[in-house]
Amino acid sequence: MTSTYAVLSEGLEKRYGKVHALRGLDLAVAEGTVCGVLGPNGAGKTTAVRLLTTLLRPDAGSARVAGHDLTREAAAVRRRISVTGQDTSVDGDLTGRQNLLLFGRLHRVRGPAGRTAELLDRFGLAEAADRPASTYSGGMLRRLDLAASLIRRPEVLFLDEPTTGLDPVSRTLIWDAVRDLTAEGTTVLLTTQYLEEADQLADDIALVDRGRVAHTGSPAQLKALVGAHAEVVVTDPDALTKAAAVLDRLTGAQPSFDHERGAVGAVSKDPTLTLPLLVRTLDAAGVPLLDVSLRPPTLDDVFLRLTDTTAPATATTDDKERAA
Amino acid sequence: MSMLAYDGTAMLGRQLLRMRNNPGLLILTQTMPVSMLLFFGYVFGSALAMPGEAYRSFLVPGLLVATAAGGIMTGMFQAAQDTHRGVTDRFRTLPMSRAAVPLGQAAADLVATAVGTVPFLLVGLAVGWRIEGGLLAALGAVGLLMLFRFACVWAGIFLGLLTRNEEAAGQLGGSTFLLPLLSSAYIPTSGLPGWLRTVAEWNPISAVATALRDLFGNAPVPGGAAWPVAHPVAGSLMWCAVLLGVFVPLAVRQYAHGER
Repeated sequence: MTSTYAVLSEGLEKRYGKVHALRGLDLAVAEGTVCGVLGPNGAGKTTAVRLLTTLLRPDAGSARVAGHDLTREAAAVRRRISVTGQDTSVDGDLTGRQNLLLFGRLHRVRGPAGRTAELLDRFGLAEAADRPASTYSGGMLRRLDLAASLIRRPEVLFLDEPTTGLDPVSRTLIWDAVRDLTAEGTTVLLTTQYLEEADQLADDIALVDRGRVAHTGSPAQLKALVGAHAEVVVTDPDALTKAAAVLDRLTGAQPSFDHERGAVGAVSKDPTLTLPLLVRTLDAAGVPLLDVSLRPPTLDDVFLRLTDTTAPATATTDDKERAA
Repeated sequence: MSMLAYDGTAMLGRQLLRMRNNPGLLILTQTMPVSMLLFFGYVFGSALAMPGEAYRSFLVPGLLVATAAGGIMTGMFQAAQDTHRGVTDRFRTLPMSRAAVPLGQAAADLVATAVGTVPFLLVGLAVGWRIEGGLLAALGAVGLLMLFRFACVWAGIFLGLLTRNEEAAGQLGGSTFLLPLLSSAYIPTSGLPGWLRTVAEWNPISAVATALRDLFGNAPVPGGAAWPVAHPVAGSLMWCAVLLGVFVPLAVRQYAHGER
């Protein structure tokens, strides 16, 4: 059965001293699909990518990537994958073109000059191609980094927060590239903090929390689990109680108060809740309204709903990794 | 092995491109030994028992070796810088030979050393240093110098991969400046008190400096009693073999394993 999964991990564990970054990660990514690994900072996303790309050795558990065992056949795995990490992994002292030519050579690409020109053009770097990469903006570096990963078509592409902090142009270019790649049959595993990104790109989402996969499903399935975030702002404290009662009834969730702003909000359990219905019901109940909003669920909302929030969050795993 | 040769050549090409893109650094690193030759040669030389010109002839091979030992610092800084920048992570995920990255770095350093030594020797000639022995022996001296540099760079690469931090590597690397002070690079060891002389004579820099003085034919001062300086060429080869034997496997292992 393993041949149908490009990435299949069972019980992956990794510790950094006292920090238990991964506590048994089970992940299954079908060939030719995009899997979005979604989670807050410190959930273990970066550690997962570093393990699955042979940069780290797991303390326990096993995984197969592109049909090969991660630890026993690391060289075979490396021949079939590409990685674009969070940190820039191109050589700043070389120009964009020199970087791509070097990685082309190391990947044994025949005629790397043609492929290099094609990628520079495609990622909007043709003009800057012969400038040292150290002069590039953050967005340009990220695009060059991705181009370096595509110098030959990988079977599995790993992207660790590919668009965090990027400008819209770079983000669109990277999203388009991911879509084109899957059309050619490449499997993509991408980590992200943005629900929207996972929504745009991923066939399946794995919600990672505190080193484990907390939930898996398609974006639609996850959205169905978590409705919109409704918020009502009122003029006086009495109205707040009334508004909370309406929200409680419509969303089926426990409302939370912000007394300072005179606001009450709740993440709806009912994905069909609409703004007109909300306004009509509040009006009928005689609640004096200042503002009513209904916005799509954020990652925070998904996490509040789908993960156990009573346990303390481990906040700094990713930071520690980066500092290491 | 052909994989190592291919990837190693690609990595050598990378390092040479970096030098070509950034020639300032190469020039800057070469101003140090030249200014030391002039300062030591004329300032310290005036206070030493040896006549000025003889001291400068003594100093040129010594500074060549001291500069070669600076390869520890260069190797360390570059390896730490690469790791710090994340480019090493990309190399580690590529299907390439594990030894190619450090090998490429060490080989490129040899090219830089060969290029950088030429202006230094020209200044040396200007201040009175001469090749006083045979041409073949002089070529042997250059070869020995390169071998020693190569060995020092490997030691540096290992230490750089170990520290993984540019600033720490810079601080630690700066202290390698002290190594030639406790050797016969700048002064004859015969004047040192007993135990300090023993330490200096067993410093690999002393063996290589003495060997270079012998091979270039500028050897008015005896190397010393310890075996490596009494047999300087054999002693130098022994030290290089030890350094390479220890640090090449360590560096390759450290590179391949990373932070695992």
